[in-house]
Amino acid sequence: MDILYNIFIDPFVQMGNAPDFLLQVLWSGFVGGTLYSLIALGFVLIFKASGVFNFAQGIMVVFAALTLVGLYNLGLPAWLALIATIGVMALLAIGVERVVLRKLVNQPDIILFMATIGLTYFLIGLGESIFGGEPKKMITEELGLPSGSTSFEPFGGLVIIEHLDVAAVVMAIVLVTGLAIFFNKTRIGRALRAVADDHQAALSVGISLNQIWAIVWFAAGIVALATGIMWGAKSDVSFALQIVALKALPVLIIGGFTSIPGAIIGGLIIGFGEKLFEIYWGSLLGSGVEGWFAYVIALIFLLFRPQGLFGEKIIERI
Amino acid sequence: MGNRAGGGPLIRLQLKVLRDMANIVHAEGAAAAAGQAPVLSINNIEVIYDHVILVLKGVSLDVPQGGITALLGANGAGKTTTLKAVSNLLKAERGQVTKGSITFKGERVDTLNPNDLVRRGCIQVMEGRHCFGHLSVEENLLTGAFTRKDGQAAIANDLEMVYNYFPRLRERRNSQAGYTSGGEQQMCAIGRALMSKPTTILLDEPSMGLAPQLVEEIFEIVKALNDNEGVSFLLAEQNTNIALRYAKYGYILENGRVVMDGEAQALRDNEDVKEFYLGVSGENRRSFRNVKAYKRRKRWLA
Repeated sequence: MDILYNIFIDPFVQMGNAPDFLLQVLWSGFVGGTLYSLIALGFVLIFKASGVFNFAQGIMVVFAALTLVGLYNLGLPAWLALIATIGVMALLAIGVERVVLRKLVNQPDIILFMATIGLTYFLIGLGESIFGGEPKKMITEELGLPSGSTSFEPFGGLVIIEHLDVAAVVMAIVLVTGLAIFFNKTRIGRALRAVADDHQAALSVGISLNQIWAIVWFAAGIVALATGIMWGAKSDVSFALQIVALKALPVLIIGGFTSIPGAIIGGLIIGFGEKLFEIYWGSLLGSGVEGWFAYVIALIFLLFRPQGLFGEKIIERI
Repeated sequence: MGNRAGGGPLIRLQLKVLRDMANIVHAEGAAAAAGQAPVLSINNIEVIYDHVILVLKGVSLDVPQGGITALLGANGAGKTTTLKAVSNLLKAERGQVTKGSITFKGERVDTLNPNDLVRRGCIQVMEGRHCFGHLSVEENLLTGAFTRKDGQAAIANDLEMVYNYFPRLRERRNSQAGYTSGGEQQMCAIGRALMSKPTTILLDEPSMGLAPQLVEEIFEIVKALNDNEGVSFLLAEQNTNIALRYAKYGYILENGRVVMDGEAQALRDNEDVKEFYLGVSGENRRSFRNVKAYKRRKRWLA
């Protein structure tokens, strides 16, 4: 009986008793969720256009952030470092397309996947040899990101909202809206979706796969940079960040590998879910729930809805 | 393979020379028939897949400006490979043109990318339609205009033209292409190719999996496009009957070689074509014993 009480009644009693604390938990879950969504977005972009699960997306986040900080430390002003980093991500995209994808066109997916694992280790090595392995501080203030916090006092309690988190959420919203418009309204976006549907047919109507792939990897690079700045500002910029990026995998399983809205909703589900579960139910299972919660949810989804919430249905006419 | 070819190397060489000469004569024949220089000509190409599988063994053909040319043959004869060799889609399938040349509007095109060729006005409609299933019909059509640089107005204009040729596409413009019927998808694929403003369309097996009346409808539209817009067609078909009714000139491919070619009318009247491709023969069905005779004849032709 005690167990049942602890699972089904007690957490809600706690929530009811301290609504301000609940709000605080929800907010931090929301912020975590948007960041997961951002990472997942990078995966979705590349998966849609080339059918490849880009294992290197996590390291691209680290690499982008490291480049930004590294260039700033070389003495470039922050805005110039930012533009230069975008340039580096563009070069990386073109390089990947030239050296890896172009050679492997029409090979089985698993070979492309292996290639992205190779790319991961290449980028780790390159990043370490240029910028060194020790953690660095993100140049938060120099980029004009707000610091400090605002506190509210709802229900006679206290909720603290950090301005940096607000900036992260705003940035995520802007990026996602921008990408959605790009995908659905522009000529290149339409071509991207066409490539996602049928490579051969896209080739046959004169869409250049090479161009599309470079664009997609560049877009994923921009997303990686934004993610890197935000995660870097919350913790430090180090190679450990790429472990966080692996959280995108359960996000994608929940949201569906091919859906941008799916990546967002999936990210939010994981963000809210793991915070709430950790705070209110975590003590029942010992702490550290945050580490595995996402994967368990993903497992449940795999059992009951393998294409995810918003995954593209496989169109089959009968 | 070696056993079947037979003869010493010298004889084979002589045969090859003869064949090349014959090909040249064929090519001239087709062009002369249309009374113009060919817009597309394939000269004695050989195609190898995966570095080992020899699929085309010296195919030559001409597509005259403003004509409909049929490329006929059974499964595996090499029709699709021929079209893909022209549109340069072969490379994506690890195929390679190892000998011969392909010229489009007088320029060699066998080293270009598919998108370069589309830009020059030659586009392929692939076998099995290949619409973009998750895009709407209209979006499908617009992807066809990807290579164009002549502005929104011209593209909107052509979209209207496509809808006039295919009124059913206008009705279904907002539905996802994956959920439209096979006939509508074929129309969508042809319409999509038209959006690139082509002068030549390589049409691969438009009749595949469609009801006879729909096949008729689609061929009527092809004919209308040919008459009104002056689009030249190279048409790969298994349905010899309908292809020879709409085409002006035809080539018959067997085992990667052109075994026969001629005016559509002449091919339709040819006894062998009648028997083996159209499924009708003279007074009474021949006994299977005589197939041997045809095979001999075929080898001689090849």
